[in-house]
Amino acid sequence: MSLFTSGFWDFYIAVISLVSIVACGVFLKAQSVRAPREAGKGVGTSGHTWDEDLTEYNNPLPRWWAWLFYLTIAFALGYLVLYPGLGSYSGTLGWSQLKQLEDETRAADARFGPLYEKFAARDIAALAKSPEARAIGQKLFLNYCAQCHASDGGGSRGFPSLTDNDWLWGGTPEAIKTSIAEGRTGVMPPMGTAAGGDEGARDIAHYVLSLSGRTHDSLRAFNGKQKFQAACAACHGAEGKGNPQLGAPNLTDEIWLHGMGESAIVAQITKGSTSRMPAHKDIVSPAKLHLLAAYVYGLSRPDAAR
Amino acid sequence: MQAQESYNYKVVRQFAVMTVIWGVVGMLVGVIIAAQLLWPELNFGVSWLSYGRLRPLHTNAVIFAFGGSALFATSYYVVQRTCHVRLFSEALASFTFWGWQVVIVAAAVTLPLGITTSKEYAELEWPIDVLITLVWVAYAVVFFGTLAKRRIQHIYVANWFFGAFILTIAILHLVNSAAVPVTFWKSYSVYSGAQDAMVQWWYGHNAVGFFLTAGFLGMMYYFVPKQAGRPIYSYRLSVVHFWALIFTYMWAGPHHLHYTALPDWAQSLGMVFSLILLAPSWGGMINGIMTLSGAWEKLRTDPILKFLIVSLSFYGMSTFEGPMMSIKTVNALSHYTDWTIGHVHSGALGWVGLVTMGSIYYLLPRLFGRTEMYSVRLVNTHFWIATVGIVLYIAAMWIAGVMQGLMWRAVSDDGTLTYTFVESVKATYPFYAIRLLGGLLYLAGMGIMLYNMVKTIAMAQEADTRIPVPAAAHA
Repeated sequence: MSLFTSGFWDFYIAVISLVSIVACGVFLKAQSVRAPREAGKGVGTSGHTWDEDLTEYNNPLPRWWAWLFYLTIAFALGYLVLYPGLGSYSGTLGWSQLKQLEDETRAADARFGPLYEKFAARDIAALAKSPEARAIGQKLFLNYCAQCHASDGGGSRGFPSLTDNDWLWGGTPEAIKTSIAEGRTGVMPPMGTAAGGDEGARDIAHYVLSLSGRTHDSLRAFNGKQKFQAACAACHGAEGKGNPQLGAPNLTDEIWLHGMGESAIVAQITKGSTSRMPAHKDIVSPAKLHLLAAYVYGLSRPDAAR
Repeated sequence: MQAQESYNYKVVRQFAVMTVIWGVVGMLVGVIIAAQLLWPELNFGVSWLSYGRLRPLHTNAVIFAFGGSALFATSYYVVQRTCHVRLFSEALASFTFWGWQVVIVAAAVTLPLGITTSKEYAELEWPIDVLITLVWVAYAVVFFGTLAKRRIQHIYVANWFFGAFILTIAILHLVNSAAVPVTFWKSYSVYSGAQDAMVQWWYGHNAVGFFLTAGFLGMMYYFVPKQAGRPIYSYRLSVVHFWALIFTYMWAGPHHLHYTALPDWAQSLGMVFSLILLAPSWGGMINGIMTLSGAWEKLRTDPILKFLIVSLSFYGMSTFEGPMMSIKTVNALSHYTDWTIGHVHSGALGWVGLVTMGSIYYLLPRLFGRTEMYSVRLVNTHFWIATVGIVLYIAAMWIAGVMQGLMWRAVSDDGTLTYTFVESVKATYPFYAIRLLGGLLYLAGMGIMLYNMVKTIAMAQEADTRIPVPAAAHA
């Protein structure tokens, strides 16, 4: 884009634009001549005939149409005086789309700011019990969060439920707020080799099934226990209870983010997965973030909230 | 020199028949995707039946297959008859027909497979783009070659529009489709970021301006005066609106990119030139409709004239709506909503569709040695079904679009958005149903046309292709 840092190009495009608009008017004026009509005779044709019977009348330009044309040209010139449009000339109103956004944002902040300040000063756990705060929080949730976590916060495969009080990254008000603001990236690396191939992965899967008391092959689970300690315990813990520091899920609680059953678990062990919660601090104001955290906190504590 | 004394109707016949067939196909795909918006399960879980792949198939089929074939058919017919000479080069003309059909079939295969450049209305990958270029050069040679050997000194106004359309589409296609091929079916645009967007919409809006407007104005300038049996209203007006139209359209593209990364100055220029475009557009409508002045009663009995004149009314309507939507504050409401879809279809179904149908109904009997279509009553039925379909379609999309725009910007007293996006989708549901009904009616009309065409061709006789002696100029 270094081409356009030269002032010449601003001048160049401005001149071309202006000449083009004015030329439309000059052309229209030049063509607006009215052929003198002989008394008593109608308007004639141009004298040419094509394809046996195609001819053209010599009617002048309709006057109202010509005025409409002039009007749009005048509007264009007026607009380009007021608004940016001619090279780097910024227009007498000083308008720009960025400034419009800033003005509108400022106006909204001035109007709604006090309401949110009132909430920002309050504790998240306390806010979760305020019906007014929850109502705002829910609307924010439906616009920012429901696409992945569902409108009731119930989540879906790969997207955690926020209603079950099982927290990948911790369920304290602070942890929830950090998750929303900074985002989270949960990585389950592919562990096929460490597990000892497909058979090893199946053994581990049966051990994992046993952790939550599901039906399992006890011989495989027995074999899997040792492999689990070697390959999985570093993140999921020796007892499989997970680690919120790493976002490693608890494997003992019957909550299955990536699907339940032997084949889903084997797939997760051998292929791994990366789960991403995007950061929202740049698109949601701190006060709204505070309210969102309170709403999410309350989702898994319906008794405490009401 | 028998060949020198007759018109080449063969290629016109081929394109005219394919216009109707591709019309049925393209509109059927449109009806399918309209139904998918109501019942998403209609993609049956098959990737190549999914909305995202069928939608470009629909637009390509109706614009380039249906509209393109109609433009080839009518321009070849009109340029011969208004120059009083046979078409230049049989072989090249034949190549444009078969080449264009291959392009269409290639589009119909690659787009559902997901092979796409992702540039709207320019989705076809580079090997197909190369074929399009070859066909288009051949088209230009045939058209301008025919003009060059004309036997009437003055070039008829319809040919100005056809000529401008052919030249400009060549430039637009070459510039916007410039890409670096990576594999046989994958390429990357040579432009990036905001510049890519600007080139794309310079192309996109001029595809509307030259393919869907200038070309079809060429059609209008021949078939309206012919069918009405009246002289063109004003030669002067045709000169002024022709030059003003082709000059101004070139600037209008940025209005597709309001409130984006495109610099403010480019957006402003796009907006003011779109407004200036209003009068030049209306010049065409005035010249067409006023040509009928003194013969209004023919509208009561002649269904072909109904097609042509109502198409001009829709043309006037959408070329008023377009400049209004280009105003930044209006665009802030209308952009990304179904209002845009309504606007496009009032132009596409109303203007392009109806003027094509009227012109093809005029052509078919003449191309197949008949005095009129197999059933004139069915032509009339087609007209009414299509008109009701258009009205349902665009009214539904207008209401839906304005409603979406208002819902998206509604803010509650607590500063939150009043509606979630999915609520606006839910509220649009009934209008999607009405739109589907409108589309079905329009497609049904096209089906009637196909039936009428087949029956007409079944009674075909030798067409009169003799070239009449040009009338001597006078006055």
